[in-house]
Amino acid sequence: MALGAITPSSAIPARHRVVARRRIAQGLVVGLLLLSTLVAVALLVTILGYVIVGGLPALDLAFFTERPRPFGESGGGIGPALLGTALLAAVSGAIAIPIGMAAAIFVVEYRSGRFAAPVRFSAELIAGLPSIVIGVFVWALLVRGLVGHYAAIAGAVALAVIMVPIVARTVEEVLRLVPNSLREAALALGAPRWKVILSIVLPTARAGVLTAAILALARSAGETAPLLLTALGNDFFSADLFRPIAALPLQIYRYAVSPYDDWHTKAWGASLVLVVVIGAVGLLLRVVARQRVR
Amino acid sequence: MTRSIDRAFAAGVAALAMLVPLTLVAITILILIDSWPALTTFGLSYFSTTEWDPVKLVFGAAAYVYGTLVTTIVAVLLATPIAVGAAIYLTEFAPRAVRAPVAFTIELLAYIPSIVYGLWAIFVMVPVMRAVVEPGLQATLGQLPVIGKLFSGTPIGLDLLSGGVVLAIMILPILMAISREVLLAVPPTQREAMIGLGATRWEAVSRAVLPYARPGIIGGAVLGIARAFGETMAVTMVVGNSSRDISGSLFVPGYTMASAIANQFVEADSELYFSAIVEIALVLLLVGIVVNALARVLIRRSIADRPAGAVV
Repeated sequence: MALGAITPSSAIPARHRVVARRRIAQGLVVGLLLLSTLVAVALLVTILGYVIVGGLPALDLAFFTERPRPFGESGGGIGPALLGTALLAAVSGAIAIPIGMAAAIFVVEYRSGRFAAPVRFSAELIAGLPSIVIGVFVWALLVRGLVGHYAAIAGAVALAVIMVPIVARTVEEVLRLVPNSLREAALALGAPRWKVILSIVLPTARAGVLTAAILALARSAGETAPLLLTALGNDFFSADLFRPIAALPLQIYRYAVSPYDDWHTKAWGASLVLVVVIGAVGLLLRVVARQRVR
Repeated sequence: MTRSIDRAFAAGVAALAMLVPLTLVAITILILIDSWPALTTFGLSYFSTTEWDPVKLVFGAAAYVYGTLVTTIVAVLLATPIAVGAAIYLTEFAPRAVRAPVAFTIELLAYIPSIVYGLWAIFVMVPVMRAVVEPGLQATLGQLPVIGKLFSGTPIGLDLLSGGVVLAIMILPILMAISREVLLAVPPTQREAMIGLGATRWEAVSRAVLPYARPGIIGGAVLGIARAFGETMAVTMVVGNSSRDISGSLFVPGYTMASAIANQFVEADSELYFSAIVEIALVLLLVGIVVNALARVLIRRSIADRPAGAVV
């Protein structure tokens, strides 16, 4: 914006004055737009900065391996939470990825079916639900119902309900990119439908399917509200699916709402670990996505 | 033989896929059943009264609905100008080389978990709100006749305004991402024609690009609303969770519907109390379905064919 080049208005004809005014207006607006961009970027930098600066002092080996201690005892860490988050991710992934993929295959490969549209539509609606509502649902279904008490498996199911629409949607997009000529060629050679899907379509879309799984895991790793109503949390190491289990977000919450400074530092430390885990998963995602493009 | 495998495979896929609509139906039915006692006991007074008393077993959720509405409105009012402004800058004015990287950076905000926003908000944002922002607002806007009431009371930082601000930060990335996508989908001829007529870049954007993109941007804002009203953890941590009255000020501690569930669900000790809490979930469920459907219709009208890997 060549704002500096404007001469005093009395010295130039009226037409130029109008142009100058329009240029100034543009300069002002662009300044405001730039400011909004900077505010957005500054927010990200500030939040990540605080997490890093606040979290680093908490990190040592014991922080990763020990279980949380009662206040007053020194030390204590997030060991059970790390184990719990890993276990919840494994179980919820094992539930959600097959269902999400089946939903996508059903919608894309069997699209003539009467139920393809409802499957797609309900996945979209579930994706839009507040996660706490899913927590209430799984509580009623499992914690009160089938299992009878707070349990890791209930947490995993809650996370799976959140993941299924993400997997379904992403895989659906990838399957649509597989050229129809591949399917037709295989079918023309006499291959049955299931073989076409398993040996032609899915391998072609392999990287995309992997992306979908990673994306869903990254999204669910930070979920807190539904776990409060299902997995509950646990101060001890546990890998039992039918007992309450710890998870990183739950541990952050417990440390954060406590009145102790030492626990607040631990909350920052656990947040840093969670953000790094999600960031690493995200990087992996970009690498996989790039391979797909190539 | 082959044919029967084919049939079994199709049946297996269909069975797994049907779990998705089945889950949605199950969510609706279970939540409806559990909220039934409250629905039948309180009827419409559930939404018109603010008394929420687990001892007397009288439950009215109006204060929670109010808290959710206020925080959501604050969030959308704060986030929309910034998000749309950034989106316009990054599609129309920024140097080409920085456009995608900066947009990607802002979108990273979406991957920070809610609980981390909550932690940051408690220990960083709330003290600033209490010491700087809220007294500042009181001294300036608080002196104005009508809207001054919004800023009355003691600035404590743990209040509806803080809840709204943290929500604004959380919905910023999705609002920006959708606005940007919508703006990118505006045909270049829209801009070129205006510039060819002698308009400045901003005139072209404001008169030819923005009107074209408006439905999509509004759709993005509606989706932001959908995110904001169901968001739980970060809001719960800063919104105060104490007052149950509707006072008209932003500087009072409040509850949102989601934070009321998170705070009280585990301690509900009678059937009616529990049912009243589940009815909040029922409201969130129904509003969520309606608002999301509305947003998607609006966005789809602006972007005919969404690219793979889109945010929504």
